Amino acid sequence: MELMTPLFVILCPAIAAALILLSRKQPNIREAWTIAASVIMFLLVLSMAPEIIKGETIRYILFQSMIKNIYIGFNVDAFGEIFAITASSLWVLVSIYSIGYMRALKEHAQTRYFFCFCFALMGALGVALSANLVTFFIFFELITVSTYALVIHEQTPEALRAGHKYFAYLMPAGAILLFGIMTTYYLTGTTDFTPGGIKALVSVSPLIITVLFFAFLLGFIKAAWMPFHSWLPTAMIAPSPVSALLHAVAVVKAGVFGIVRIVGYVIGLDLMHQLGLWLILAGIAGFTMLVGSFFAITQDNLKRRLAYSTISQLSYIILGAALLNKDSIQGAMIHIPFHGYMKITLFLCAGAILVATKKTNISEMAGIGRRMPVTMLAFSITAIGMVGLPPVAGFISKLYLCFGALELGSPYAMIFLSVILISSLLDVVYFFPIIHSAFFGKLEAGGVEERSEAPLLVLLPLAITATFSVVFFFFPNTFYIMDLVKTAAGNLFGGV
Amino acid sequence: MQLIEQFPVIIVGISMFTAYTMLLAGFLNKRLPFIIAMVMNSFFLILSLFILNHVLTVGPIRYWQGGWRPPWGIEYVVDAMNAYLLIIVISLIILGLIYSKENVKHEIEERKHTTFYTLVQLMAAGLYGITITGDLFNMFIWLEIASLTAYALIAVAGGRALRPAFNYVIMGSIGACFYIFGVCWLYSVTGTLNMADMRLLLPLLYDNKVVQMGFAMIVVGVMIKAYIFPLHLWQPDVYAYAPSTISSMMASVHVKVMFYILLRMFFSVFTINFITHYIGLDMLICWFAAIAILAGSFWAIKQRNLRRMLAYSSVSQMGYILLGVGLSPLSPWGLIGAVAHILNHAIGKGCLFMTAGAILQQEGLRNIKDLGGLGKKMPYASAAFTIAALSMIGIPGTAGFASKVFLILASLDAAQYPFVVILLLSGLLNLVYFWRVIDQMYFVKTEEPKEAGVGREKGKALPLSMIVPILILASLCIIMGIIWFTDIPLPLINHILSNLRMGVTV
Repeated sequence: MELMTPLFVILCPAIAAALILLSRKQPNIREAWTIAASVIMFLLVLSMAPEIIKGETIRYILFQSMIKNIYIGFNVDAFGEIFAITASSLWVLVSIYSIGYMRALKEHAQTRYFFCFCFALMGALGVALSANLVTFFIFFELITVSTYALVIHEQTPEALRAGHKYFAYLMPAGAILLFGIMTTYYLTGTTDFTPGGIKALVSVSPLIITVLFFAFLLGFIKAAWMPFHSWLPTAMIAPSPVSALLHAVAVVKAGVFGIVRIVGYVIGLDLMHQLGLWLILAGIAGFTMLVGSFFAITQDNLKRRLAYSTISQLSYIILGAALLNKDSIQGAMIHIPFHGYMKITLFLCAGAILVATKKTNISEMAGIGRRMPVTMLAFSITAIGMVGLPPVAGFISKLYLCFGALELGSPYAMIFLSVILISSLLDVVYFFPIIHSAFFGKLEAGGVEERSEAPLLVLLPLAITATFSVVFFFFPNTFYIMDLVKTAAGNLFGGV
Repeated sequence: MQLIEQFPVIIVGISMFTAYTMLLAGFLNKRLPFIIAMVMNSFFLILSLFILNHVLTVGPIRYWQGGWRPPWGIEYVVDAMNAYLLIIVISLIILGLIYSKENVKHEIEERKHTTFYTLVQLMAAGLYGITITGDLFNMFIWLEIASLTAYALIAVAGGRALRPAFNYVIMGSIGACFYIFGVCWLYSVTGTLNMADMRLLLPLLYDNKVVQMGFAMIVVGVMIKAYIFPLHLWQPDVYAYAPSTISSMMASVHVKVMFYILLRMFFSVFTINFITHYIGLDMLICWFAAIAILAGSFWAIKQRNLRRMLAYSSVSQMGYILLGVGLSPLSPWGLIGAVAHILNHAIGKGCLFMTAGAILQQEGLRNIKDLGGLGKKMPYASAAFTIAALSMIGIPGTAGFASKVFLILASLDAAQYPFVVILLLSGLLNLVYFWRVIDQMYFVKTEEPKEAGVGREKGKALPLSMIVPILILASLCIIMGIIWFTDIPLPLINHILSNLRMGVTV
């Protein structure tokens, strides 16, 4: 059905950005715009969900372009809606957190920070709602450009180097992605996302489709699959809210979102299966899951450890998409919001620790659980969820993935099942020591053992996301997520 | 004959007349030449909009000077292509004039202002003339008017601008010689100078070596003026040291008009058939363009001076247009890409040169590494620079992205896959050299206290008359980025394709 809601969703952050720039002299009004935009955007996104669950899509074509069959427009389907809900709901919380965090640390250039944050979110939502690859690409690049300013926020030479590395990875990837998109158009005459894949690709030679697949895969190194992952840990030099929302949710999820779109909606499940491409993708994902976890163990900087954990966890989603069956893809889709909520909590905790104690390294955090019980409780809950244990949301998505792997039959079922289990085990290895030393570790000499939590504006959002991580376990249908996942899987496989 | 059919000749004729009037008026009042130029060019802009409307609704305008029939008399022809280019040229001349109002005070001595404006108006007349005429020799005259005035305008600042101006005189004259030689050779075998007439007569002579040689000489001559890669040597210094207004006008419209000559030669005087079958030039042109794109970018990366960097970037961007021209026999998208990039580069590079000039005027800075913290000192100029630079890089949502997409589409359509890679690579190289500047403006920490730069006039902000054109061009970069992705330009594009007899429409 035709509705203008997607357009309003996209305009929300853009208008907010303009207003932020105008009221740069009054910090309180400036922050009010961010909050207002995020809340309105979330409500708008949520208002689309009831229609979408019925199996409808919400279309809005902005422009018909000169190029035949290419238009700039939105087509919100269940899968896009999942990502949109994830990103927009978390933006509300991170906006609040940002205000507390930035003010507590007395950061400079806060106007630029909030301005670019709006555009990054606009990019993420645009990616979620777009109807075809061209629209997708426009917003995808918007994310890259606008997050640059956030990555180098510190403006130290080190931060600038990190920013350059960020671009050195993501910009060539964007160029390759554009190549893939244009080639798709050239081959098929359309770039629309079609559930089950673009039909005309069936008659194209397998070699070209393989090339196309690799072009898309390289184009989506925002998904941080190995060996093209090292921009993500480097980008952790950004302020914590940025790492939390962008480098755990918006940016990297846009990458995996793209991969799922390619697998399910462009190349199509049948072709992926026929050409054996799924095995390549699953191999990459499995490799990243294991190696990412190993890397995480070796990191002492908390945010870098979380970054490697993100790299590993993102590949769960890629693996789910690669296994090509209903359960695995449901697992992949549901892991997008669930991992988003859990990982953002972890990053927000890291930020809260920085605000309260100025500590960034895990080795310095012994006994910190006694100083910051709420923060570390939230951290522990979501870390358990990361491992995939009940009663936290991560359990559900891992369960689906395991079912998906089992459906493959031998020998792949055993391989991927063991990869998932080993990776979960490694999650325990790198999360458990943090929790253990936080609550039971000895305070370093001269440390004070009194309650000193971060400011309320910082504490509240992370408590909420941690709560939601548990709520999702008991009520996976919060924010319609479970229904949306079922609808999306129904679109791909037919039937509900 | 309708009144509207007189408009082209009115624009050209009155332009010349205005220039001389301005010279005289300058004796009365120093401000008068500027005012006259503004008023008259705005008037021409309105006329040109009427022309475009007429061309799109009724058909091409043909005007016979003095009532002489074409093979004998001079004919002025305006179809969709010229009308489109005419609007671009006039609007950018107007924006350049607005920009020059305060800028000339800073860069050119007071006593030269009258001559400066007279020459600008004459150059404009030359550019309008090239755009409108349908006669090869008449085109040479306008070409010389546009070039000679350009030489003088570059040298008008004196000092360091003199040597580049002299280089340009030599190279430009060689180019003009090549052009006129080529025209003479064609005349010697066809006996006509009218483009449409020549198009009818030439096909029988396509095998003739004289015709082929004449074509080659014209193309090389124009390529010198349009600084295609190996022939670009005169250009970087000219752009670096000419008055800012002139750099901006030259980079945005002067060179585009040279490209227009090339387009006319390829598609209106000669035919695609000749280019592809008799001399097999299309692929050669594409590879020339590819080399220009890459070489220009590499040289731009090496530059430390902001305006020289922009100049080399122009060398690279001209390659985009040439690539579009070279691909157009194989795919209509080639021509569309070229046509689109003519506008996109004009607004983008015009804005960049104006900003560079503003930085020079306000802060006295020429080198990229000195630009630290400029985002705070000159917020509007820096923002405009960033937007225009993003357009040059081809970030989605800006005008440059549209031309990139069209050209990639053309390369795929023509099955010339290497050019896809070259275009994408070029975008990344553009990113490298433009991002250095953006980094300096916004992101590099500056040690010095918040004190004004060396050449800064204390307490004086950038005058409004300089900010406005810069911001207009920057916002156009975004607006065009959207408009090229709608179907609004479709009628224009289809007219251009059919007027240049591409035989296909989109």
